[in-house]
Amino acid sequence: MADTLTSAAERTTESAGYAARLDHVSKAFGTSGTQQLVLDGITLDVRPGEFVCLLGASGCGKSTLLNLVAGLDAPSAGSIATPGGRPALMFQEHALFPWLTAGKNIELTLRLRGVPREARRPEAERLLDLVRLGGAFGKRVHELSGGMRQRVALARALAQDSQLLLMDEPFAALDAITRDVLHDELTRIWSETDLSVIFVTHNVREAVRLAQRVVLLSSRPGRINREWDIDIPHPRRIEDTAVADLSIEITEELRGEIRRHGQH
Amino acid sequence: MASTETGATGSSATGSGVAGPGAAGSGARGTDAGTDVTGTDDARAAVSVAKDGKPAQDPAAPAAPDETAAEKQAATERDLSGLEAGLDALDTVVIRRASIGQVLLNKVLPPIVAVLLVLLVWQLAVSAGFSDPTKLPSPHAVGQALADRWNNGDLFSIIWTSVQRGLLGFLAALAIGTPLGLVVARVPLVRAAIGPILSGLQSLPSVAWVPAAVIWLGINDSAMYAVILLGAVPSIANGLVSGIDQVPPLYLRAGRTIGATGLRGAWFILLPAALPGYVAGLKQGWAFSWRSLMAAELIASSPDLGVGLGRYLENMREGSDMAGVFLGILLILFVGIAIDQIIFSPLERWVLRSRGLAPGGR
Repeated sequence: MADTLTSAAERTTESAGYAARLDHVSKAFGTSGTQQLVLDGITLDVRPGEFVCLLGASGCGKSTLLNLVAGLDAPSAGSIATPGGRPALMFQEHALFPWLTAGKNIELTLRLRGVPREARRPEAERLLDLVRLGGAFGKRVHELSGGMRQRVALARALAQDSQLLLMDEPFAALDAITRDVLHDELTRIWSETDLSVIFVTHNVREAVRLAQRVVLLSSRPGRINREWDIDIPHPRRIEDTAVADLSIEITEELRGEIRRHGQH
Repeated sequence: MASTETGATGSSATGSGVAGPGAAGSGARGTDAGTDVTGTDDARAAVSVAKDGKPAQDPAAPAAPDETAAEKQAATERDLSGLEAGLDALDTVVIRRASIGQVLLNKVLPPIVAVLLVLLVWQLAVSAGFSDPTKLPSPHAVGQALADRWNNGDLFSIIWTSVQRGLLGFLAALAIGTPLGLVVARVPLVRAAIGPILSGLQSLPSVAWVPAAVIWLGINDSAMYAVILLGAVPSIANGLVSGIDQVPPLYLRAGRTIGATGLRGAWFILLPAALPGYVAGLKQGWAFSWRSLMAAELIASSPDLGVGLGRYLENMREGSDMAGVFLGILLILFVGIAIDQIIFSPLERWVLRSRGLAPGGR
């Protein structure tokens, strides 16, 4: 296992280009009379192999933004480009299909991607091994713990073989210990592959622990407020002083942003 | 859990490097003795590196930065796999299948006891003379009527006449109700047009169709099947509609992100997700089929129809044979229960259990 590891530094940083490009993206909901602007002029480039966390309080339109990037919804204005094909998407709920086993959930994704029948099983096994659930192929979803379900969901997302993985608060419903382990796991898998990740969260420490870049969104409407590049080396821990210090700084900014909404 | 605690203290004191290996030893120790040695070795190596200063960033030690980084990564790797294995072991949901003895005790015994109790109360009521025997026959007299039919050789032909009619009618209802339900569920205009009628039809006792069916089709098998269809099709269609309505939108979203759209979405996501509601509809559809058929057989009388259970019951009433009437009622009940227990309940149990939704709160 260890020899398949390549550190984040050794990883080939792709030549010029981007995994996702958002150009002045706005989104409004409602009818023309009572339109509510949810996202306002979001401009963001995600580099190939980059790990970006979108951070914001309620009402910043984080999930709406991911839906737009995933192509599940269309922006009201602006454009979104994802040259690596349809992005994979992971939800807060595992969203695994309960009528299929863990392995078959992954095989279904492979099948819809057009992978030939005889190649599906080995590929699904490989992906389960990647998330360290080698023996779980035949397990039903309800037989897995919350953390295992999210790992299967991650394997299913990886089965899409997309260059871009979108994650919508995927660990928010897990207990702290499990979440911590999955942070390590995600970092490991991200550094082993050439995946770009857009990870949405409202948890500042989670963002600082995982990301190369944290993008703070303001709320109602969602705008890009500030960005931080993070060069704390991996493996990071949630208790690291560097992580904690930056988290405090970002939290202050976030609180200021939230306070602003109470003043009028 | 203790391992994470150690990791936490280690890291806050010395920076980012130590926490991993610190937890690695205990994590690996938790799983097996073989990895213990390597885990501890590795922890020691990584700790010594950490004492030199922040290894990854230290400009004074550029000689082997790759090596220490790789070592550190390998250590974290082992730490993680041990930790994860432990978590998985702790969190895994153990599905216990009951032993045969338990099944007998919990599932088979109670209904037998209940039936015996009913028979006992019945026998006591007869013995105490609550009612005269022409109105309330004894269990023994009913048993005698059953033995008569057995000796007569027509017991099974009576049952089979009705059962094959009921099952054939049900299969036809299945073939009509399923596409109907799909269309109603997925086409808003069709739902607006016939959705309410379909729900309303469920509350219309299908016996009300018997006179019309007899006039349209004559007193024959066609009329019987028509009545079954009118009883069962709405149940099956409505079951499918509510099954589809209850599919969590998340599954459809997840389906769309993996490329299951249009017909592929219906086949791979929508229909399997709607299966529990559909199976409940099938179960109810069978009950309605059987009820409608018995009502039709009771009302419509013709030599073309042969003697089914409903006809047998009506014949006994005409002969004022109370034991025969009771036998007829019990046989109709028995067939209804048997078909449900042989076909529909196992199907429903399988569908629910495979999704972790075992019925009866277990």
